[in-house]
Amino acid sequence: MRHLLTIEGVTRPELEDLLDLSDEFLNVLDRDIPKVPTLLGATVATMFFEPSTRTRLSFERAARALSADVLSFSPGTSSVTKGESLKDTALTLKAMGADLMVVRHPATGAAHRVSRWADLPVVNGGDGAHQHPTQALLDAFTLRRHFGKLDGLRVGIVGDIRHSRVARSDLQAFSTLGATVTLVAPPTLLPLDTTGWPCDTATELDGVIGDLDVVYLLRIQSERGGVSGFTSLPEYVRRFGLDDRRFRLLRDDAVIMHPGPMNRGVEIAPHIADHPRTLILDQVRNGVAARMAVLFRLMTPEARR
Amino acid sequence: MTAEPVMTSDDIRRAVHRIAHEIVERHHGTAGLVLVGIHTRGVPFARAIGAAIADFEGTTVPVGELDIGLYRDDLGRRSSPRLERTSIPVDITDQTAVLVDDVLFTGRTIRAALDALSDLGRAGQIELAVLVDRGHRQLPIRPDYVGKNLPTAIEQRVSVKIDEVDGHTGVWVGEGKGQ
Amino acid sequence: MILVAGGSVLTSEGIIATDVAIDDGFIVAVGAIDPGTAEVIDARGCWVGPGLVDLHVHLREPGQEWKEDIASGSRAAASGGFTALVAMPNTLPAIDAGHRAGFVAEQGRKAGICHVAPAGAITLDRRGVELAHLDELWEAGVRLFTDDGDTVADAGMLRRAMEYLAGRDCVLAQHAEDPGLGAGGHMHEGAVSSRLGIRGLPALAEETIVARDLALVRLTGAAYHVQHASTTGTVALIRQAKAEGLPVTAEVTPHHLMLDHSEVESMDPDFKMYPPLRTTEDVAELRRALIDGTIDAVATDHAPHADHEQEVPFEEAPRGVIGLETALAATLTATGLDQTTLFQRMSTTPAAIARFADHGLPLVVGGPANIVVIDPSATWVPDRFVSRSQNSPFRGRKLTGSVVATVFEGTVTHGPAS
Repeated sequence: MRHLLTIEGVTRPELEDLLDLSDEFLNVLDRDIPKVPTLLGATVATMFFEPSTRTRLSFERAARALSADVLSFSPGTSSVTKGESLKDTALTLKAMGADLMVVRHPATGAAHRVSRWADLPVVNGGDGAHQHPTQALLDAFTLRRHFGKLDGLRVGIVGDIRHSRVARSDLQAFSTLGATVTLVAPPTLLPLDTTGWPCDTATELDGVIGDLDVVYLLRIQSERGGVSGFTSLPEYVRRFGLDDRRFRLLRDDAVIMHPGPMNRGVEIAPHIADHPRTLILDQVRNGVAARMAVLFRLMTPEARR
Repeated sequence: MTAEPVMTSDDIRRAVHRIAHEIVERHHGTAGLVLVGIHTRGVPFARAIGAAIADFEGTTVPVGELDIGLYRDDLGRRSSPRLERTSIPVDITDQTAVLVDDVLFTGRTIRAALDALSDLGRAGQIELAVLVDRGHRQLPIRPDYVGKNLPTAIEQRVSVKIDEVDGHTGVWVGEGKGQ
Repeated sequence: MILVAGGSVLTSEGIIATDVAIDDGFIVAVGAIDPGTAEVIDARGCWVGPGLVDLHVHLREPGQEWKEDIASGSRAAASGGFTALVAMPNTLPAIDAGHRAGFVAEQGRKAGICHVAPAGAITLDRRGVELAHLDELWEAGVRLFTDDGDTVADAGMLRRAMEYLAGRDCVLAQHAEDPGLGAGGHMHEGAVSSRLGIRGLPALAEETIVARDLALVRLTGAAYHVQHASTTGTVALIRQAKAEGLPVTAEVTPHHLMLDHSEVESMDPDFKMYPPLRTTEDVAELRRALIDGTIDAVATDHAPHADHEQEVPFEEAPRGVIGLETALAATLTATGLDQTTLFQRMSTTPAAIARFADHGLPLVVGGPANIVVIDPSATWVPDRFVSRSQNSPFRGRKLTGSVVATVFEGTVTHGPAS
């Protein structure tokens, strides 16, 4: 595996290898000194063209825990015009010594293009509405740690699926690992053509919530898409929000997940967001370990200086 | 590979027992001891030493496993390895940790193991037990307990097989690059 | 004298294996000819016929010459076997007034490599709000009017243009893209766009405009040309309109004859254009329609963009791909047209739609020497292009059919001797 650009095509053994590695790295993060010298001398560059503090910090934390150096490029929104600097930025960072790049961009395929131009291992940190592979990894890792395995788990992903890269990556990773996935959204927020996708769809949450082991809530996007797919926020909350009534419909052992940051009061009621049945903080912690696993796997001999 | 093993399964068993006795004799008992096997084949040897000690001393010495994959100095030259478990059942602070490996060669594995162990705690003392010492050290590292000294030419290959890992047990020497 | 020797020639009597002699800009003999001291173009195994005509190219001059200009575009055209082009008016400024059309024609004459006829905008600055200077454009020789790059979205505006130009020998062409249905789309709306999470352009964005426009044609009787048809639905509309006897013509691009939306998985903007690449069913239907004549002509929609403009993520890239140099090969590879039909679709019919008097004509003594020599079985792989821009979806792809020589007004503009 030279790059991690998409979860599509990553096989089950490859996924499980990354999850096993994540377990080891979680142990490292639990130590008094949560650091190993593995990538000493290597440089990880992060190119984040979309505002995202948490994912960038997670990658940087992962790089530093492996003793790698970090080059962090994050243009203020005012200076980024139409991606004109994407290729130049990549080549500049490579010239500065980057051995691997993490790219997040509002346009689909940005990480793919960088991987061609820079000829370095590239991790897709999220491209448009397309893929967010490390999110899928950390989510799968979290479920594996909680339930032991994903086989047979019934997962519902709720929210603006049509514009969600998290949904696209998660559904592929979860189904490859044996889970059953249902996408839940109003018709205008489901992808237009899901023929052949390894999942079901539903347009009401109430009908499916009692059968789920995992409720995965997506943030309602206002920054991606432009054309909104629902009538109003209160109506969305009424039909799809995880409120007290729906919370009581959950199975006793069902858990709640969210990629963050949460819109308290929209997709999740404020007090439920802090309930012990949510795995949200686990996801964050596991995210660093999962990203360490990815960085470790991709920094192969060909990539290192 | 030589048709005949330079150490048979019985030879190995005797060596393990002798090493187990030596460890207990040097430390006047088993207090404060931790055996740490280095993946992959150091682990079953560590367990075998622990079992031998339990057998003749009647005490249980904790046995841990250590993967040095994150501490190698040759990651630029070998492809990304599989990481095995690192798990030591006790806190090694102030304990006597005995690293156990199957073959001692250049010493680089042991150097990595020392780094890995130090990141897990500050042991009082660290010793090294190996089944086979084949010489050609590249670092100032010496074993405390040796099963067999086996002088080899540097191009030769020493192959250790253990039943739990390989299905049969023995030590062979042959031509070609390798451990 | 130039002698095109040993080819299979499209004459007024059909296809004949013979020679063609050219002198002083005209065809002086068709028959077995002694080469003497003539410059010989070896046309054995080749098709010889009237130079190809492209109804739809973006030459980017005036205003965006870093992508292409009329001279470099003409060179690319000659390399592709073309002797006449219709240049789209979405330049900066737009060709919405007589003197601007005159400028483009003059630049074409100065380059002297092929005939460049400017198309004229339908509305001022192609903004769709007021009619352009249609009379001036007509007097400057414009015979094809289009706001291409944009759609004339206001049906009332299009109707008025049709009525204004009624009775004149010209054609109104439409780039069909409904602004509401197509807003924000970057690729065909379908299974691939759903998977890639890229906003799509539904086939309906093209079909609803074409359907509406054909109703206006029915009302006004104006000659109407469907630009870059790309969907099964559009083909059906054209077929029905023709069955009714409406004055409708249509074109298709070579890339729509060969490629489908799965190409976008490469995330490469060399596969981004409007209309987008669509489904394999659409590709099959377009091929059938070109073969049976429902679609009258091949037109490249040659749309150059510079390297630095393409080195961006797919969604941010400009729309359009070059096509002059690969048009013949892509068309032949996709459809396997015979010589007669090929010249009809790529020369004679487009010349008629553009109202070109000197192009698309079967080769006869006394006729203008606008000729192309094609090797229909040569295989090649496009790599570097003569065009100033390199944004081609065919790079690295094996194609069958190559241009051996192009002659424009008696001068060899491409070929072994040029």
